[in-house]
Amino acid sequence: MDSPTVALHDSSHSEHPSYQRHHFVSMAQQKDSASFGMWLFLLTEIMFFGGMFTAYLIYRNWYYPAFVAGSHTLSIVLGTTNTAVLITSSFTMAMGVWCAETRRRGGLILSLILTLVLGLAFLGIKSVEYHEKWVQHHVPGLRFDAMTFVHPKAEPGQPVEPGLPLDMAQHTEVYFSLYFAMTGMHALHMIIGMGLLIYMLIRAIRGAYDNGNIAFIENFGLYWHFVDIVWIFLFPLLYLISRHQ
Amino acid sequence: MSAHEEHSSEEQHIVSPKIYVLIATALLVCTALTVAASYLELGAWNAVVALAIAVFKASLVVLFFMHIKYSSKLLKLTVGAGLFTFLILVGMSMSDYISRAWGSF
Repeated sequence: MDSPTVALHDSSHSEHPSYQRHHFVSMAQQKDSASFGMWLFLLTEIMFFGGMFTAYLIYRNWYYPAFVAGSHTLSIVLGTTNTAVLITSSFTMAMGVWCAETRRRGGLILSLILTLVLGLAFLGIKSVEYHEKWVQHHVPGLRFDAMTFVHPKAEPGQPVEPGLPLDMAQHTEVYFSLYFAMTGMHALHMIIGMGLLIYMLIRAIRGAYDNGNIAFIENFGLYWHFVDIVWIFLFPLLYLISRHQ
Repeated sequence: MSAHEEHSSEEQHIVSPKIYVLIATALLVCTALTVAASYLELGAWNAVVALAIAVFKASLVVLFFMHIKYSSKLLKLTVGAGLFTFLILVGMSMSDYISRAWGSF
């Protein structure tokens, strides 16, 4: 706090950085309030995604063979790659927060760029997967054909899937609806996050965070890690747990 | 003021990059483990193992990447209360769904 780089607002007040709002007793209180508010927002986000997770669990119990067959059409390789990409982007963002805390402008800029690139890579791989769904007629409402599950085609290098009865095959549409709703909402959060990353990147290049006013970066870090956590649960539920049934 | 200064130096714990590297490595290893486990034939345990690993990974992210391990009691309680509420909502919905047909067989 006593470091000379901190711009002092008014020496007749008790000494504090210029970005401390006057209704806070101390910077510590201001920081606590900022993270507290961010966490409350993230908790509402957990409830929002939680609704979809619950719907997924209930429908999976209900239309179990359809969910197993739907899950088998996802690529484990692409899903695993995307998980690794997103975890790495969480790591680079954590490093960005550390650089901001220790006032390393160059390190912060690099971390934000890496996080942005990894976010783009995630969405790129996701769009490859979405495209595959389009080609295979697995997009509910727009381009869907339940017959692909009644008479499955043999995939190269894969054992032939047994066909489903027609009524159960039609319920794979529920699986894909939930798949697109959950991964789509997750992707929307990533797109919003990448917009914020670009905003922070521009501000960081201009030196806006050099004075230690980094609440925005810290709160964005919480948001980005939250998006990572959502994927940590989406990945096993959508891709992994139905492998063997 | 000096009391606040002491308070703030205690609150503003900066997590070191070493810990971030360690946690990121642990998360990647857990990802490899969960994928490997999905290729084993464990029956109903496949889902249990996958979700247990996911919960462990999420805890690492919350505690270290999101700094909850180093945060104030207020924040710890907030996160705990949120998770508790979440589990009540999901748990009650699921228990209602699972027990609907009880007694009718």
